[in-house]
Amino acid sequence: MNSNDTSRSALELAIRYGFIVLLCGLAVFFSIYASGFASARSAVFIFQSVAITGILALGVTCTLVVGGFDLSIGSVATSALMLSAYTMVILEQSAFVAVVVCLAMGALVGLINGLLIVKMRVPDLLATLGMMFLLIGLQRIPTQGNSIATGMNLPDGSVAEGTFSAAFLWLGRHRFDLFLDRLLPVPVVVFLLIALIIWLFLGYTRHGRLMYAIGSNERAAGLVGTNVHRYKIVAYMISGMLASVGGILLAARLGRGDIASGNNLLLDSVAAALIGFAVLGAARPNAFGTAAGALFVGILLQGLTMMNAPYYMQDFVKGAVLVAALVFTFYLSSRRGGRRTA
Amino acid sequence: MKEVTCTLNGLEKSFARNHVLRGIDLQLRAGEVTALMGANGAGKSTLVKILCGYHFADSGRMELGGAPYAPADAADAISKGVVTVHQSIDDGVIPDLDVATNLTLDRLTEPGVGLFVNDRKLRRQARAVAESMGLTMDVRTRVADLDVADRQMIAIARAMARSPKLLILDEPTSSLSASEAERLFNLIDRLRADGVAILYISHRMSDIRRVADRIVSMRDGTISGFFDTEPLDYVGAVNAMLGHQMTEVDIDPVTGGEAVLEARELRLFADSPPIDFTAREGEVIAFTGLLGSGTTELAEVLFGLAEPADGVLLLDGKAYRPASATEAVACGVFMSPKDRSVNAVIADFDIADNMTLPFLKAFSRFSFLSERAQRRASSSMIDRIGVKCQSERDGIGTLSGGNQQKVMIGRWLLEDARVLLLDEPFQGVDIGARRDIGKYIRQTAAGRTTLVFVAEIDEALEIADRIIVLNEAMIAGEYVNRDVDLNHLVAAVSGPARVPASGQPFPTSPKQAIA
Repeated sequence: MNSNDTSRSALELAIRYGFIVLLCGLAVFFSIYASGFASARSAVFIFQSVAITGILALGVTCTLVVGGFDLSIGSVATSALMLSAYTMVILEQSAFVAVVVCLAMGALVGLINGLLIVKMRVPDLLATLGMMFLLIGLQRIPTQGNSIATGMNLPDGSVAEGTFSAAFLWLGRHRFDLFLDRLLPVPVVVFLLIALIIWLFLGYTRHGRLMYAIGSNERAAGLVGTNVHRYKIVAYMISGMLASVGGILLAARLGRGDIASGNNLLLDSVAAALIGFAVLGAARPNAFGTAAGALFVGILLQGLTMMNAPYYMQDFVKGAVLVAALVFTFYLSSRRGGRRTA
Repeated sequence: MKEVTCTLNGLEKSFARNHVLRGIDLQLRAGEVTALMGANGAGKSTLVKILCGYHFADSGRMELGGAPYAPADAADAISKGVVTVHQSIDDGVIPDLDVATNLTLDRLTEPGVGLFVNDRKLRRQARAVAESMGLTMDVRTRVADLDVADRQMIAIARAMARSPKLLILDEPTSSLSASEAERLFNLIDRLRADGVAILYISHRMSDIRRVADRIVSMRDGTISGFFDTEPLDYVGAVNAMLGHQMTEVDIDPVTGGEAVLEARELRLFADSPPIDFTAREGEVIAFTGLLGSGTTELAEVLFGLAEPADGVLLLDGKAYRPASATEAVACGVFMSPKDRSVNAVIADFDIADNMTLPFLKAFSRFSFLSERAQRRASSSMIDRIGVKCQSERDGIGTLSGGNQQKVMIGRWLLEDARVLLLDEPFQGVDIGARRDIGKYIRQTAAGRTTLVFVAEIDEALEIADRIIVLNEAMIAGEYVNRDVDLNHLVAAVSGPARVPASGQPFPTSPKQAIA
């Protein structure tokens, strides 16, 4: 009886802190075995590598919270990348206009996703899958499938005169000073800020609490007077807007509307959000977990790369981490509940 | 003495700090119906879940047919001969497939059946199974199109196709009418004659009187009473289950103050007659009627979930026509819906979050929740309504059904309602919790009008000042809850509401409806 209790509380501890311990252990391991890993620049590099993925993952977390899913985030991000380039290079607008247009596009896509799911009753995976397809196609139409850069030839024979403005490139390339010169890139700051806001929103506001209620039992949430439709639509709009923030930052880093960029964004960010389930034994979508999940993948890849692991192993490593995290979440948490099947 | 099919020895089970089973010893014999009675939270469901392989016991032994029995999972339990028909019927059938497929599904998984489904052969087999169970419907009917009783029969028939040694029936009559239940009882009689050991779990005394050979009462995770001498001591069994004598609830009906909610010429369906009633401040009205009599629809109309076919509602004299639950709540009309696990409980949340869910706005500043305020309000409601728990931070799933229901009703008492609608508030709630809830509803009834929708007449008599009987969406009788003529009330509930074909008018009640 007594040993049973101890093993139960040990299990409880493992579920709660196992992931964080693993994260720290990994950092210590690489600090010892990969020379140069334990430095501020390297740490910032890790953050930078996961910033855009992380922002998208925070968006998808919001849709997971209301019991949905958003497969269109990757294509919203690449659409924002192309749209911002199109606005500045071909329409010759300012950075401000480009950002506003992109954010509006993200919000609109989210709104359409939400309406398809809520009003047309299309299942979330299918609605956002369709939207993903549509956007992948749509972003190629204005440029006839070409990437956008200053000086490109336009269909009417003229040459694109516009440029990526300095203010826009600042978003992707500027680095703030922090202890060291030019240490902290803007995307990392944006990622941390958004993570903080989403964390507060989901965890500590009544709107977040109601969104979790919808995800757990939509009928019950509706019957206490929650406007379920509105919250679901808002979740998809947040997801769309954050995805387009990711696209803007990507465009600002690349400095051109590259049609081939951002292929991995969807899978990486969904993986980060799902890995986040395992953090602190939450067993449900949560902003802190999502950010930690993105960092975990970043640390692992950075460390392995510095230890000369080949680049083509990266997807395999991410997949393995995801599967392990899912087992951790669903198997161990169901054991904790005293039953074996969820 | 009959052969022992299943023996339980010292079963114990805890969930976190909650010690649910405290050493259960029980023998189930072939060809006997053992009725298991117990208040909610007594541990009945946990016991069943251990028997059917859903939970592991922490300690103790089980034997089946003389051999040790420790099912690894639900499928293992079934293959060993322990088959359970759960309370919610649709767990036992596949609604989108036809009767034939449902009855023969298990054969499709047997080795050596071949790749292609021979529909004709399947139907022939299914017909044989159906006939042996006394089912007469066309086996090509889709199960979803059948009525509840037939679906239940098919769930049991499927269970019987596996020729079980032990059949567990968990509240099988909870959604059946009297005649449907009688069909079930006939089936049970037949199975008993075939030598199946049956564990029958129910709250309903009438069921237990009809089928039980032995009664086992459970209370607080132990067996508190065991009755197998003829005639069975039903009163003793109830006492053992409750730990105290059942007492009649004494109600001194109040007439109420000013009108709060009025229905004028309200038609629930396009072809139903109009309903008129006035609900007054401070009074509790019970609407009662059989399944399909319109009580559920009336509750839905009042809470903005459905539109009436015709008619007007007045709230405090002003037109009231909510388009959604959100609008109803904003007008001060609150509803605790029936089927709490589907309609009310947020399984991922703790007690405090569940309780404060409707009024989170009141517990937040600039949208940020104050956990302290939530906990304070919840813990005070827990004390007042009498929820048995360790703390307000317990997961809602650790509570028994009755205590969960107290939380679900308590959530609507945190703010003052103008109209409080309670749809089947005593569903799956033991008598103890039922009394607690009823008492607290009556205590707090001043300042609002309370409408309770119940199918059981007993429940109506326990809580209401006034009872309105619905039958086929019209008011079939209205009674002030003082020395009610029960025969009359029952006649109003079950009698034909409309003028029957023979031309005989429906006997009208002396106190019959207004207008």
